[in-house]
Amino acid sequence: MLWVIAVLAVGGAIVRATMFTPIEAVQGAAQKIYYVHVPAAIVAFTAFGLTALCGVLYLWLKDPRLDRVAESSAEVGVVFTSVVLITGPIWAKPIWGTWWTWDARLTLTLFLWFVYVGYLVLRGAIEDRSLRARYAAVLGALGALLIPFIHLSVYLFRTLHPMPILLKPGAPSLPPEMLTTILLAIGAFVLLFAALLRARYRLAEMGDAVEMEGEGAR
Amino acid sequence: MPNESIAPGTLGAALLIARKDLAIEFRTRTAFFSALLFALLSIVIFFFAWDPTAVTSADLAPGVLWVIFTFSGLLGLQRSFGVEQTDRAMDGLLSSPIARESIYLGKAMANLVFVVAVQAVAIPAVALFYNVPMGGTWLVLAGIALLAAIGLVAVGTLFSAMAVNTRLAELLLPMLSLPFFVPVVMPAAQATARLLNGRPLAEAAGWLRILLAFDIVFVAACMLAFPFTIEE
Amino acid sequence: MTAVADGPAVETDGLVRSFGARRAVDGVSFSLAHGECLALFGPNGAGKTTLLRVLAGLLKPTGGAARVDGMTLPGGSGIRARVGLISHHTMLYPALTPLENVEFSARLHGVPAPREAALAALRRLRVADRADVPVRSLSRGLQQRVSIARAMVHSPRLVLLDEPYTGLDELGAAALTAALGELRAAGAALMLVTHNLSEGLSLATHLALMIDGRFARHEPRAGVDERAYATSYRELVTRDA
Repeated sequence: MLWVIAVLAVGGAIVRATMFTPIEAVQGAAQKIYYVHVPAAIVAFTAFGLTALCGVLYLWLKDPRLDRVAESSAEVGVVFTSVVLITGPIWAKPIWGTWWTWDARLTLTLFLWFVYVGYLVLRGAIEDRSLRARYAAVLGALGALLIPFIHLSVYLFRTLHPMPILLKPGAPSLPPEMLTTILLAIGAFVLLFAALLRARYRLAEMGDAVEMEGEGAR
Repeated sequence: MPNESIAPGTLGAALLIARKDLAIEFRTRTAFFSALLFALLSIVIFFFAWDPTAVTSADLAPGVLWVIFTFSGLLGLQRSFGVEQTDRAMDGLLSSPIARESIYLGKAMANLVFVVAVQAVAIPAVALFYNVPMGGTWLVLAGIALLAAIGLVAVGTLFSAMAVNTRLAELLLPMLSLPFFVPVVMPAAQATARLLNGRPLAEAAGWLRILLAFDIVFVAACMLAFPFTIEE
Repeated sequence: MTAVADGPAVETDGLVRSFGARRAVDGVSFSLAHGECLALFGPNGAGKTTLLRVLAGLLKPTGGAARVDGMTLPGGSGIRARVGLISHHTMLYPALTPLENVEFSARLHGVPAPREAALAALRRLRVADRADVPVRSLSRGLQQRVSIARAMVHSPRLVLLDEPYTGLDELGAAALTAALGELRAAGAALMLVTHNLSEGLSLATHLALMIDGRFARHEPRAGVDERAYATSYRELVTRDA
């Protein structure tokens, strides 16, 4: 059910964004990507926050459900981060005239992607379930702690080395139609995140059940 | 008899472990010499990868230094918990009455000595080969190098403890560590660049603050996290 | 010497340790007094090593209760200070000498005069003449003896031995047996995991046969006939498999 609603909502948001929202005067059609890029970024950061939070709680409560949420959230988060990293350059090429710039926010997102891909590789490299959960929790929590430091570093790097950036993405005062569309898109992406997270969680539950059976049989 | 024995405190046990690690390193010298050789080779290779008419040596030196420290540091960290793994010496540490944190602290201290020793050779070597006048700046540079080394070692020691228990030990350590090294290497390289270009140190104050904050936060966080990485 | 030996050296009640859904130790209850020696037999994967590692403080129990020298598990450094662990891994640093290895362990335990204590332990295991060469240059048997000296340097009240005779030659085995006798005389309790029935029977005051995480048999050594025990062992193991 959640699935259906999420897919319908995302579809609706995309239809509204492409057909019923005015084309931005300066950026043209390229600006439409904003309705995917920004919601994906919001969801990605939320997902990693959830991973870190569940990690800390796991170390405290040792409840395997928390580990499953952390794992699922990290995996879904990596997918959304990839969407951010792909849509960013597609937008940047016509607007900034270059595929990639070391913009502070883009760089931060890239490093976040590195940390959480590392998180998934780490999980894949450990057999023992409780050890895997603890290591992942430690890395997830430290990853969250790292974000402000990377942000500060790239921000300071950027301000000291100004680059020829013509336009900055951000949240300028949008016309009401655009504002409604972006809010709808964010809502739709959050629904999609919830649906993916739940599906991935069930998969993790099934995987754990299979693993437990294997252990019990030994 | 056991009632006469009093187990050493956290710092005392950490010093014992650090001294033991350094004794092993001094005896075998493999990691140190390979790290040193790596550093010197990199210095030479970087020199030929660079067009001296386009980039001044003072601009290139900081980058070279910090790339070298990052990767040679990883060579040392790789070995840190490896020596405990060979004959399960880790079980001996864990079944002794010392606090878990002292194992992390001792390992980190030994790793810090390792990284600083590599720096002590690499910094003069870069000054020599790249003809960078260090003059009166070397004391400040040593301070920056020490601050950065603490940050690298704090995170690297924890990840080394984790990586040895996985199937991808050698691959995983750099993979986990490098993103965490960004807020160490970037400030250190930036501050070094200001220093070698003869700019006032105040210009690098923001960078040094990031470095110091990173050290404080991650030494504390990694020490707290370490007991969770022990199987029990 | 025996002033601390009031209560039992080890006492467990329904001790459980699981890994995920698998219960490696599944409700083990026994008690062992100071000066006694329990020989622990059982097929591979029966949970013998896990039981030792729980009692050594390396693994936390997941259920039941256990006390070592009157202290409840999982305990902190107090319990670990009283236990000596010997396993088929030597827990030694190959680059360091036997003296350095054993002295390091003595210092971790806060033994007064660690160097002298280390030398004495090496002498007891008859490896003192090789005290200053790197451990890696020693034979497997000599390394094992150094490892035993390492585990005894702090005069533990409970010594946990996991297949200690593996890889030892006759001289080494004799030295180990003598050292274990001394420890017992000094009031230490021993738990010996072994596959070798006659070896266990010759040392033990008590016997236990562990299958699937439980004690299938547990009795005093006295009055047990070796041949009958061997037959019973085979039956129990094959019936279960």
